[in-house]
Amino acid sequence: MADTKKLAIIASQGTLDWAYPPFILASTAAAMDMEAVIFFTFYGLPLLKKEIDAKVSPHTNPAMPMKMPFGSKDFQSINWPVPNVISGNIPGFDNMATMLMKETFKKKGVATIEQLRGMCQEFGVRFIACQMTMEVFGFEKEEFIDGVEYGGAATFLEYAADADISLFI
Amino acid sequence: MSEIASNLELNCEGLNCPLPILKTKKAIDSLNSGEILKMTATDPGSVNDMESWAKRTGHELVSHTEASNVHTFLIRKR
Repeated sequence: MADTKKLAIIASQGTLDWAYPPFILASTAAAMDMEAVIFFTFYGLPLLKKEIDAKVSPHTNPAMPMKMPFGSKDFQSINWPVPNVISGNIPGFDNMATMLMKETFKKKGVATIEQLRGMCQEFGVRFIACQMTMEVFGFEKEEFIDGVEYGGAATFLEYAADADISLFI
Repeated sequence: MSEIASNLELNCEGLNCPLPILKTKKAIDSLNSGEILKMTATDPGSVNDMESWAKRTGHELVSHTEASNVHTFLIRKR
């Protein structure tokens, strides 16, 4: 189409739950014949690592439902109340919550982050890594997947100035 | 309703948003203009999503039918 719509996303969060929206929206935009760019900054930057190690932390998401991915339908619909004093202090609680979330997503036919990221690249979504954050957190280009561009605020804004949709996630 | 023959079939049953859309895009890319893709999905959200996708991309959503929670879409590539 003559008038190609443009999507610009800033991905600033690196937990498993927050990793989904940028990759879902960018891959879908590309599937809808739009141009899409994701600018990875601060805690979003590790999402470009070859191995994604994103976890979810119920401690910092007070409204997050805690549900089990197995058992009867009634059992699975139970929301287990876990006080912050427990979720924030039990070692390995985040690992368990991450495992449960991944298992639930798999059962519901939701793509993995790696899968969505791969489809983004296949569809031509551009990934830009924030150079400044790389310096600050000590990331090397070798740690990231191939095909990543590097730049700063001006690089993102040059593209976003002509974008039809701009999102900060 | 007479059956429209499809050139390609894509099974997205059991998959959730946005996979049916992403897989449909890939499948439609492999077809020639005017050819028909038949996609089946169980994600109830795919009904509205397929409509939006077709509107945006210009491919024609020829028909949508539903039988025992399986949605069948016929799409003609533009």
